[in-house]
Amino acid sequence: MRPLFVVFAKEFLENLRDRRTLLSALLFGPLFGPILFGLMVSRMLEQSVVESEVPLKLTISGSHYAPGLTQYLKARGVKLTFSELSENEARAAVRAGVYQVVLLVPEEYPQLFAASKPAPLLLFADSADSQTRKIADRARGVLAAYGSTIAQLRLELRGVNPLLSLPVAVNEVDVATPTGRAVVVLGFMTYFVLFALLMGGLYLAIDSTAGERERGSLEALLSLPVARSALVGGKILATCAYMCISLALSLTAFVYVFRFVPLERIGMSANLGLKTALIFFAICLPFVPLGATLMTFVASFTRSYREAQTYLTTVLLVPTLPIAFASIYSLKPTSSLMFIPSLSQHLLMTSVLKDESIRLPDVLVSAAASLALALLLFVLTARHWRRETMLG
Amino acid sequence: MIEATGLSKRFGSIEAAKDVSFVARDGEITGMLGANGAGKSTCLRMLYGVLTPDGGKACIDGIDIRGETSKARAHLGVLPHAAGLYNNLTARENIQYFGSLHGMSAQQLNSRTAELSQALGMEAFMERRAKGFSQGQRIKVALARALVHDPGNVVLDEPTNGLDVMAIRNLRDMLLALKQEGRCVLFSSHVMQEVAALCDRVVIIGHGRVLADATVQEIRERSGAATLEEAFLQVLGDPEGVS
Repeated sequence: MRPLFVVFAKEFLENLRDRRTLLSALLFGPLFGPILFGLMVSRMLEQSVVESEVPLKLTISGSHYAPGLTQYLKARGVKLTFSELSENEARAAVRAGVYQVVLLVPEEYPQLFAASKPAPLLLFADSADSQTRKIADRARGVLAAYGSTIAQLRLELRGVNPLLSLPVAVNEVDVATPTGRAVVVLGFMTYFVLFALLMGGLYLAIDSTAGERERGSLEALLSLPVARSALVGGKILATCAYMCISLALSLTAFVYVFRFVPLERIGMSANLGLKTALIFFAICLPFVPLGATLMTFVASFTRSYREAQTYLTTVLLVPTLPIAFASIYSLKPTSSLMFIPSLSQHLLMTSVLKDESIRLPDVLVSAAASLALALLLFVLTARHWRRETMLG
Repeated sequence: MIEATGLSKRFGSIEAAKDVSFVARDGEITGMLGANGAGKSTCLRMLYGVLTPDGGKACIDGIDIRGETSKARAHLGVLPHAAGLYNNLTARENIQYFGSLHGMSAQQLNSRTAELSQALGMEAFMERRAKGFSQGQRIKVALARALVHDPGNVVLDEPTNGLDVMAIRNLRDMLLALKQEGRCVLFSSHVMQEVAALCDRVVIIGHGRVLADATVQEIRERSGAATLEEAFLQVLGDPEGVS
């Protein structure tokens, strides 16, 4: 056992002195996710808050043809800008972005309106622009409300009960809990956590294998009376240590960032305190040796630092695949999915975020599956290290 | 003592070593001379057990390197062709890392490092990181690393490659000192003068075979050549690549 710890201690120390490792393992990896995430979420929240609070702004042309409508819009708090445009001018102005949304009342409007026939209104908007589309949606809603008010008045004038025109009344009931709603947004977070975890060990995995070969220290090391499995084991152990540090830093940063993200303002709450962070750490811990052996295994086959870097960047994307699948098919955590590493961690963390209870057997299966795969990869890596081709 | 008996190794269709047998004795410097690609590194690598021979046997102090690899390696110090250091570790840490992997205690390590540091003249840079080391300093650390466990046998693969004149001279003195201490020193080279100046015995390798195994004097007498250079060329029969 001693050589294992000698190798571990040396790799740990050596990489502690390497600026590149430190930057990626202890700064870039763990902080990139939380910061990007905090900014992203804040921005999204700001936008949704702004949309419901800020009054609707509309440019209206030909308002004198429809004084009633204009009055109604003003009464509903719509900020109107008056302008006189032809149909073509309105089209061009919206396309050029001079106005976001233009409501055009055509000349024939008053006549048809007076005759109780469908009076045309033209609403110009650019549906390719998500901002404009939202304004147009709101404008459509206000206009529809105006339409139904007029319809009801007309029925009443003719002695008909206006309720006849409302055969069904639809009430939407949103069952999402505040935490549940936040999960849609927080779902990304799990990937950032796994990303930070892998980044923590990336450079050490490269440095201790391809780096050792490139420096020319590998052959001397392989000539020592030490079992190859102990050499690889020590290197993987050191990689694991950095990954754990990176994971811990990343979770700490997430806890910290979420204190400043105004989730409550839109009725959401992020279930991410210190306790959740500790649970996350426990859930991700079995994934650490898997990531470390996977990266060391891949890097062992490469001849140079650069080559290893190329392959390992791809490895960084591996945990995204199951997570992407999970989001596309909106997978619910089931026991059989717990056998898939990275996906199981993602599902468990998401459940915790939603404040749902997680079952201990699921956690154990998730851990066992990741550790078993790690062991398999370790055996394969050690076998490769015993080969003559290791000398390069 | 290092013994090679009938070592053979193929890489695909290339026969890198064929029936290589020789003995390197204690208290002597044995030089392995051959052109680039003659099979020197392959032979040495089989001796220190990172390559498995297809046939034959290699023993260090009578211990079979294949059978009892760890035990045999405890008697052997190796300076491979690529003898890179860990740049982020100091000279001392580089040496002690290998010592620890040999299973030495902290106390043994400290006294042995002090010995080596003095013997090889490394006091000035023992605590410096290897990053900015000169070639001469690097070879000293690499040699100290190979000798940290006080082995009776030392194998060096082209140790003079890339060294300047002063560093080569230093290395020569170091090898002679090892010989004085009664160790068995085996080193490979493609530089004839180097081998002639330093070695008690010469093993000449060409195309993976042993072409001659004798003292420098014997080789000269046997060939009847006037100069050492001519003698070597005659033995080699193929002068290309030998400088």
